[in-house]
Amino acid sequence: MTDTAISADNLSLTFQTNDGPVHALKDVSLDINKGDFVSFIGPSGCGKTTFLRCMADLEQPTGGSITVNGVSAREARKSRAYGYVFQHAGLYPWRTIGRNVRLPLEIMGYPKADQDARIKRVLELVDLAGFEKKFPWQLSGGMQQRASIARALAFDADILLMDEPFGALDEIVRDHLNEQLLRLWAKTQKTIAFVTHSIPEAVYLSTKIVVMSPRPGRISDVIENPLPAERPLDIRDTQAFLDVAHRVREGLRAGHSYD
Amino acid sequence: MSWLIVALIFWLAAWAANVAMVRSKWSETTLVRFVVPVIFGLTLVIAWEALVHAFNVSAAILPPPSAVADTFARSTGMLWEDFTQTVLKGALRGYFIGAAAAFVVAILIDRSPFLTRGLLPIGNFVAALPIVGVAPILVSWFGFDWQSKAAVVVVMVFFPVLVNTVQGLRETDAMMRDLMRTYAASYFKTLWKLRIPAAMPFIFNGLKVGATLALIGAIVAEYFGSPTRGMGFRISTGVGSLSIDLVWAEIVVAALAGTLFYGVVAWFEKKVTFWHPSQRG
Amino acid sequence: MTKTALSVLTVLAAIVVIWYLAVAPMNIRVALDQAERAGATIDPPSAVERREMSSWVLMAKNRDYISEGYALDRPRLPTPVQVGQELWKTTGAMVLNGRTWSKRSLIYHGWITLQSTFWGFLLGTTIGIVGAIAIVQSRVIEMSVMPWAIISQAIPIVALAPMIIVLSSQVGIEGRGFPKALISSYLCFFPVLVGMVKGLRSPSAEQLDLLKTYSASGVQRFMKLRVPASLPYLFTSLKIGIAAALVGAIVGELPTGAISGLGARILIGDQFGTPLAIWAALFAAAILAGVLVTLLDRTQQALLRRMGMRS
Ligand SMILES: Nc1ncnc2c1ncn2[C@@H]1O[C@H](COP(=O)(O)OP(=O)(O)OP(=O)(O)O)[C@@H](O)[C@H]1O
Ligand SMILES: [Mg+2]
Repeated sequence: MTDTAISADNLSLTFQTNDGPVHALKDVSLDINKGDFVSFIGPSGCGKTTFLRCMADLEQPTGGSITVNGVSAREARKSRAYGYVFQHAGLYPWRTIGRNVRLPLEIMGYPKADQDARIKRVLELVDLAGFEKKFPWQLSGGMQQRASIARALAFDADILLMDEPFGALDEIVRDHLNEQLLRLWAKTQKTIAFVTHSIPEAVYLSTKIVVMSPRPGRISDVIENPLPAERPLDIRDTQAFLDVAHRVREGLRAGHSYD
Repeated sequence: MSWLIVALIFWLAAWAANVAMVRSKWSETTLVRFVVPVIFGLTLVIAWEALVHAFNVSAAILPPPSAVADTFARSTGMLWEDFTQTVLKGALRGYFIGAAAAFVVAILIDRSPFLTRGLLPIGNFVAALPIVGVAPILVSWFGFDWQSKAAVVVVMVFFPVLVNTVQGLRETDAMMRDLMRTYAASYFKTLWKLRIPAAMPFIFNGLKVGATLALIGAIVAEYFGSPTRGMGFRISTGVGSLSIDLVWAEIVVAALAGTLFYGVVAWFEKKVTFWHPSQRG
Repeated sequence: MTKTALSVLTVLAAIVVIWYLAVAPMNIRVALDQAERAGATIDPPSAVERREMSSWVLMAKNRDYISEGYALDRPRLPTPVQVGQELWKTTGAMVLNGRTWSKRSLIYHGWITLQSTFWGFLLGTTIGIVGAIAIVQSRVIEMSVMPWAIISQAIPIVALAPMIIVLSSQVGIEGRGFPKALISSYLCFFPVLVGMVKGLRSPSAEQLDLLKTYSASGVQRFMKLRVPASLPYLFTSLKIGIAAALVGAIVGELPTGAISGLGARILIGDQFGTPLAIWAALFAAAILAGVLVTLLDRTQQALLRRMGMRS
């Protein structure tokens, strides 16, 4: 059991809306091992964000259970077990980049000297050294997104939850960030849950790909990625890569109901 | 007649100059932004001067700006005394007490969504009322000196600051609040690091509204009784004794004080909420 | 919706309770003075001594007279019921007696104030709207006028109010209606101006470009896009404007020895030492403000719905 980072068991979540209940998640069961890089892919509205938010205790499931690091999601949140990267960078406009990254460190009470060292380290990690005095609105969207990743990496959480972090970026920046993310994952041994709409991105990054389908939101396929851990960008042109991508696409098609 | 022609020529020249400046490539510089309205204001003053002379208006009705300037220069001592009484003692003290009280109350009721929901509509309603009307009541409660003026100002400033602060504290972005949750941040940490900074543009809206109300409150309260000094006192006795140039001098002081006060608040707003899109311009 | 109503009612109830509790300490001195004059023995017996003591001590020493504070003719703080009775006496009861337009009726005074408010509102919104159109159309006007419009609000109008009234009577304008409307419009024009500038500027660049591709004229662009886009803003600012116009009308009546209007009732109540009259006039003003804003709100909803702008 100790190597399971996140475990969902028959997880359900129904939103009560004005025009009836919405089954965002229905009987979802999934185990994520420590050190896994798991991608979630599926059509819009299939509950990817909701699933991630359940892991983060930002949403209360209406059925089933979920544990993070062997304890409830709430306890995990209280013990600051994960960093969360939202789809939009969500940096505080009144804080500089440096102070945005410092925010979780202040809240969690890291000593001052340690804070400075960490900020320097993570900003270097995401290629933003030298930008700590800038304000978010003075940076491009890609740089803001990297800053928000730095913010999630600044403190010692061994789980990283990322909700379409690269959705709004152009291909080139995206490729670059993908590469950096892989390198970072290899270096830090973190467990990563990653939501994306891009099949190549999912295949390129993950050890495990979870395909979801909507109405009600459920898992339609879990694909173990056979690609080697060492992945240069041009691995995406190999047949092995295309085979996995094909399987994911098939899974997505099966989940889509054109009614 | 010659006065009118001079004024007309000045008007045309000033307008042409402004058009030229605005059309020029420097139109966005701070200097032009400052000079254009100043020239416009000057035209108004000169038109006033010209009209008074051209139509021989009695000084007891409308003195020319030059006479007002003259009186101003001669009575600086008295004007300063009135300024101290009305602005520094009445308006400013009341403003700080009222704003601080509103802020504290907003933070306190913010903990209860029930109270917030109930107080917001009431506060909004009261903020739109002619609260100056309470001046005679507060003067009878707190006496003639500055304390009653400050009390009127407190009541007038309180509600706009309160509703804006409560509103601002509620308006934080859902994602930013979620972020705080993922850090398991305490209520006070979230308040201090997220909600108060995010509410600052709203709070300053309230503070700016309050700044325009503070002087009104302090002056009106003096109409209902004051020691023998203060701007409202001087204005009401000046109108009675037909020393209209002194009244205008007081109005100039009031205008300067009001503008300066508002300007200082707006300056702080710029410093504090520099990050807000409305300030980045 | 009902949740909000419940909260509002609770808060209102709390305010009334606090108000009631505050009446006792506020009025104890007046009550004791009155009882003394009626021959009762008070502890301490002389008013001079009592002045040195806090209201709480006085209340503790003279428990029997606390209740008198709730039934004074000239209280420092009247009870809500007293204010309500006074309001009824000067409005509803007058109507029942057929004295609706008597000089003692708040309906009459409210009507006077309402007229000034109305003219001030009309003048103010006209200035505000015309000004906004001019500002949106001309950069020179914007740069010349806008800073002064802001400064005008920082100038306390009440300083000018007595002047305006003296001036207009010297120039030979009869009555107080005009100067009051002027003061009222001074407070009213600014929110309308700011709101309309915002509204006229609200169309996006793409929307404007679309009309350009039709090679629409400047007037067409203005009428077909800017004006309809500004309507929701217009109503929001009209609601602020009418409240401001009412404040202006009352301010115009306060400092100037007016004899009719709600502001004048406040003034007269102060001069004759009848606090109940002041409180009743204040509440009448509040009710008037509520009615005016609600009326505009209803009009806005009906109009916008007919224009298909809101469901
Ligand atoms: N707070 C909410 N209240 C009501 N319904 C909600 C709420 N949040 C999400 N939903 C509904 O739940 C379903 C799943 O939403 P979710 O955001 O998890 O989808 P998603 O897979 O992340 O989609 P996308 O790829 O577009 O981000 C949707 O049908 C959505 O409308
Ligand atoms: Mg999503």
